Amino acid sequence: MEDFLVILLKVAAIYGGVIGTAALYTLAERKVAAWIQYRIGPNRVGPWGLLQPLADGVKFIFKEELVPAGANKLLFRLAPMMSAVPAMLTIAVVPFAGDMTLFGVDTFGAIAKIDMSAFYVVAIGGLGVYGIILGGWSSNSKYSLMGGLRASAQMVSYELSLLLGILSIVVVSGSADLYDIVDAQSGAIWRWNAFQQPLAFGLFVIATFAETNRHPFDFAECEPELVAGFHTEYSSMKFALFFLGEYCAMIVMASLTTTFFLGGFEVPFWADAPWVIQLAAFGAKTAFFLFLFLWVRWTLPRFRFDQLMSLGWKVMLPLSLLNVFLYGALTSFGAFGD
Amino acid sequence: MATRTFEFTPGPNIDALKDDPVHGELMHLNLGPQHPATHGVLRLSVDLDGETMHNVVPDVGYLHRGKEKTCESLGWAKFFPHTDRLDYVQPLMNNIGYALALEKLAGLEVPQRGQEIRVLLMELSRIAAHLIYLGTTAIDLGAVTMFFNTFKEREKVYTILDAYTGHRMNNTYVRIGGVFADVDDTLEGMMREFLEQFRAEIDSFESLLTGNRIWHDRNRGVGTVSRSDALAWALSGPNLRGSGEPYDLRKAQPYSGYEDYAFEVPVGTVGDCYDRYLIRVEEMRQSVTIALQALDRLHKSRGGEILIEDRRYVLPPKHKVHTSMEELIFQFKIVTDMCLPRGEAYHGIESSKGELGFFVASDGTRTPLRCHIRAPGLYNVQAIPLLAEGRLFSDMVAIIGSLDFVMGEVDR
Repeated sequence: MEDFLVILLKVAAIYGGVIGTAALYTLAERKVAAWIQYRIGPNRVGPWGLLQPLADGVKFIFKEELVPAGANKLLFRLAPMMSAVPAMLTIAVVPFAGDMTLFGVDTFGAIAKIDMSAFYVVAIGGLGVYGIILGGWSSNSKYSLMGGLRASAQMVSYELSLLLGILSIVVVSGSADLYDIVDAQSGAIWRWNAFQQPLAFGLFVIATFAETNRHPFDFAECEPELVAGFHTEYSSMKFALFFLGEYCAMIVMASLTTTFFLGGFEVPFWADAPWVIQLAAFGAKTAFFLFLFLWVRWTLPRFRFDQLMSLGWKVMLPLSLLNVFLYGALTSFGAFGD
Repeated sequence: MATRTFEFTPGPNIDALKDDPVHGELMHLNLGPQHPATHGVLRLSVDLDGETMHNVVPDVGYLHRGKEKTCESLGWAKFFPHTDRLDYVQPLMNNIGYALALEKLAGLEVPQRGQEIRVLLMELSRIAAHLIYLGTTAIDLGAVTMFFNTFKEREKVYTILDAYTGHRMNNTYVRIGGVFADVDDTLEGMMREFLEQFRAEIDSFESLLTGNRIWHDRNRGVGTVSRSDALAWALSGPNLRGSGEPYDLRKAQPYSGYEDYAFEVPVGTVGDCYDRYLIRVEEMRQSVTIALQALDRLHKSRGGEILIEDRRYVLPPKHKVHTSMEELIFQFKIVTDMCLPRGEAYHGIESSKGELGFFVASDGTRTPLRCHIRAPGLYNVQAIPLLAEGRLFSDMVAIIGSLDFVMGEVDR
């Protein structure tokens, strides 16, 4: 009974935490953008604008829901959920902290431990593209259609590089369990995969930008030519769900980058830190990548679609393959054996 | 007379392609008139083959307010406030262009100091207009922060214009025969401070964009116009100079004393969006140089005349109107019944967009027989099919941005 309650508690805490972070992240996006652009940003609702996400939520709920004429109503309503749910499912296996004892129950800092969790995240995360392509197609709008098409082509292309990056980590760590991957990076900072496999790290980070449809690869939205891309016709909470899905996906990707490359919840120079400290370390590392998403968005121009595809297929994919081959060979010669 | 030939490949026939297994049906897309990238209310009719654009047809006129006809019914001097609203990112340039045409028709010579003030303000307007170009083009290509960088500078330009002319926008500062009021010499320091720091600011703009690989890839080779095509399509300004034709009215047909200022005319080699971008950035630097020279001259000519003393066209000072009967009559005549001599005149100036020309024909009455505005933007819009045919859909925003037109001026 206590085990079950502890699991429920963890589910509530992790999902509450992630959705809360996503809400705050929308505020952070606007604040960071404002700082970069000599502006102040939202500061009217609550102290320092902290209640702005709440006000936005209320606004979304009270907006009129419009379904365009000629839209496929079922898919049009389904698409926002299909975009938000996969990102949330992926959260289940992310290790936020190591072993811990809660109310006398020995447990661990994730909702689930799966021995193939490294591939689970890719498999489930890859479903997110359906929400975008269906949303684009079912809206019966040319702009939405083009946005959806671009986004799906892009996400499929970049998933390859993402997966190959994970593959080389799995090869070196000798396990596809995220906890084992974190363990393999413990001990010293130089054992973090970011330093062990710098090429894979770089490629993975770039691929996460494309995978989450973030600037400079945000072709799903691409506001100058496609107005708002796949969610042009969406309003009210359906639009908010797309938004939530996008921000959750970014949080997932940032946590995965942390897990795969920055030692996850490992605290540098403190091997057996209490789980609260581990959680804080994980949060700090993830926050860095979350900030990176914002920083890049408000600094760089956007790629053109064909340039993005040629970057994905002609540069990233061969380099990822080379990386897998290289580290596979090194591992088979025992370079990473203990 | 030799006719110029130009190459223009029309797009594929939309009906013929329907049964083509590779292309299939083209998707017809209406871009605009309400669309974030069309810089106002331009409508573009595009046939899309996947991401490739064909049969691009620009459709103008959604912002038509009948400015030329307004001029023909309002009268000579009362049209000045309307010129502000043509290319509303550089109102002073329009004021001066119109004034120059009227002065040519009436045969008036603007005093030296009046010309210097005009040059100073024209160059400041050019800076303001190019800042708009840079900001909006960058925002279209995804670099949103550039927009705020340029608007921070444009805000300073507005503040200075406010101090100089009494208005931030829509200045209506220019009159026939000079300018409305003398500039306050205490503003010189403010102006110099802005110009000096603006030089460093241009460098920082460039550091964000010029060497940026994404910016380079999005602009290099996009929207290329050859020199002969540019001439044949009557492009002017940076769009023409980007294609390698060093034609600048400030050098070719100097007005307002531009022949006395030392400056260079940047010229491109390829004629693509990137060249046009580089040229506009360099023109901002040259504008700073010219404005600094104008400031030096203004410093020397303090106390000089800024407006001609010609009671046929120029209003007498208000205190004289109140005390002298002749001046009161002049004031009354000018406001109600100012006539320009019979004849016609055309004057073109180098505005930030290209050759901005005003043609006025007079039959000697108080309203023009005909007023025609040669808006450079209209010719730039016409060139869109030439630049966009067969290119990718995303290039459209780069092309629209780099042609740099303002619909207020195109539609008039």
